[in-house]
Amino acid sequence: MEPILKGRNLVKRYGKVTAIDHSDFDLMKGEILAVIGDNGAGKSSIIKALCGAITPDEGEVWLEGKRVRFASPIDAREAGIETVYQTLAMSPALSITDNMFMGREIRMPGLMGKYLRKLDRPKMEKFARDKLSELGLMTIQNINQPVESLSGGQRQGVAVARAAAFGSKVIILDEPTAALGVKESRKVLELIQDVRSRGVSIILISHNMPHVFEVADRIHVHRLGRKLCVINPKDHSMSDAVAYMTGAKLPEAA
Amino acid sequence: MSNSDNYESVVTSASQDIAKFDDHRKGALGHFQHMLHMTPSLVPLIVLVASIIIFGIAIGSNFFSAYALTLILQQVQIVGVLAAAQSLVVLTAGIDLSVGAIAVFTSVLMGQFTFRYGIPAPISILLGVSIGTAIGAISGWLVSRVKLPPFIVTLGMWQIVLAANYLYSANETIRAQDIATNAPSLQFLGNTFKLGGATMTLGVVMMVVIVAALAYYLRATAWGRHVYAVGDDPEAAKLAGVNVHRTLMSVYMLVGLICGLAGWAMIGRYGSISPSATTGMMGNIQSITAVVIGGISLFGGRGSILGAFFGALIVGVFELGLRMAGADAQWTYLLIGILIIGAVSVDQWIRKVAM
Repeated sequence: MEPILKGRNLVKRYGKVTAIDHSDFDLMKGEILAVIGDNGAGKSSIIKALCGAITPDEGEVWLEGKRVRFASPIDAREAGIETVYQTLAMSPALSITDNMFMGREIRMPGLMGKYLRKLDRPKMEKFARDKLSELGLMTIQNINQPVESLSGGQRQGVAVARAAAFGSKVIILDEPTAALGVKESRKVLELIQDVRSRGVSIILISHNMPHVFEVADRIHVHRLGRKLCVINPKDHSMSDAVAYMTGAKLPEAA
Repeated sequence: MSNSDNYESVVTSASQDIAKFDDHRKGALGHFQHMLHMTPSLVPLIVLVASIIIFGIAIGSNFFSAYALTLILQQVQIVGVLAAAQSLVVLTAGIDLSVGAIAVFTSVLMGQFTFRYGIPAPISILLGVSIGTAIGAISGWLVSRVKLPPFIVTLGMWQIVLAANYLYSANETIRAQDIATNAPSLQFLGNTFKLGGATMTLGVVMMVVIVAALAYYLRATAWGRHVYAVGDDPEAAKLAGVNVHRTLMSVYMLVGLICGLAGWAMIGRYGSISPSATTGMMGNIQSITAVVIGGISLFGGRGSILGAFFGALIVGVFELGLRMAGADAQWTYLLIGILIIGAVSVDQWIRKVAM
């Protein structure tokens, strides 16, 4: 089967530092692929190369069998790839609604929208509130409060809600549960499975092994800038996975 | 994997209500602080009203006359327009030191095109405004693509534009009578009309229209949201899907265009066209002063353009009020200096609400 998102021979160097070292990457349609690896293994870099945030020095990216070159995250987004970054990519002084619709605002219907380019605030606010409620983010009181007034977990929840609301083909989540409370991370995991059931493929980067083993269909182990192996969570234990990613053990027949 | 207490399962019965809290009274001061936090342009508005009242009491009915109050508007019209332009750049976490120079240069271009080459005045105005926009585009490109700090780019651009202005015009002033007889449309914005008992100029109207339009576009359109997002955190804005380059270019080009309009307004205000108009040197500092007094953060992303407009008016009220009171002009600068520091202190105090 042809992967929905495929990377071949990707290389990215920052001066003398090699972040991606001739790495391959395969994401199948409708699966949840977890990406695990030590700190500094290059997990975030390879994800960024796939979603247009960085341009790889060498190598090719394919989406649904077609070669793509994303010059920016905007290109990737238009192709249906949505990303939740570790840094969350939020503007702290702007409201939750503004942040959720950043770069894809809804304009008023009719003349006000067409000629005066007025935004349709009520519609955007309702949509934002609905998406937050789907994710169980009930502790957010005011949809128009600035993002800087939210807690770290709430911010992460908003970022995940944004990606889930708009991602049509692939959603990439970089440590989506790192700052979340028990209830919120449970909701995020449920949401991930829910999104997958809509046919969207998901890349999940996480250090949380129980979460990874619970939801992932396959696990991509990244080590020293390249793909070490892909394992099936049903055939391997968590300690195997940790052993592979830290180099304590070599995967058989990799 | 051990089956320890399945603590996550209880979340299925978690509360589904949106959190609400009783608003505990924080006292009048706390409420005031909160209100200021929600509407930052209130601070300069309060200062403006207070200073009008204080000067009114001190000077008497002369100051409250329609004549005096409209005179303030006429005197701040250039600075007000430049402050509107400056606000845009400052909201993107930049600064534009060349606004005054561009205004003077475009006014000179409009005059020289008309009188040296015989180009019809309306076309000269259009060319002047276009060249202002082009200068803004160069600055914007250097900031956005070459990634130079805005301070450096516009510091250089200030010198370049001002020097070009003297070289091109050979430091030659075009007299007001010549303009009035040969090319009255250059002075179009100096036309007056009666509004109640007050005399208004079209230049004042233009200033108000520019400020109102920018306030609307910044608040109610996607472009405005992008300007704030870019000023707040350009990296986050880029990842969230904002075209940072296009936003910055649009801001700097719009600033150049508005400076061009300010140049046109200068001809209406002063009558003549002089390459050595003080706006070339003072316009930058005056516009930055208005922006700071208006409560716009120099770190970008926070503040409103109405605040900068009120800031410009505050400076105008101080200048006229102190002059009518017969004070030494240096008192104006001294008080404005205090006002700048005071404005930033108040800004810090308001910010605490967010913490």
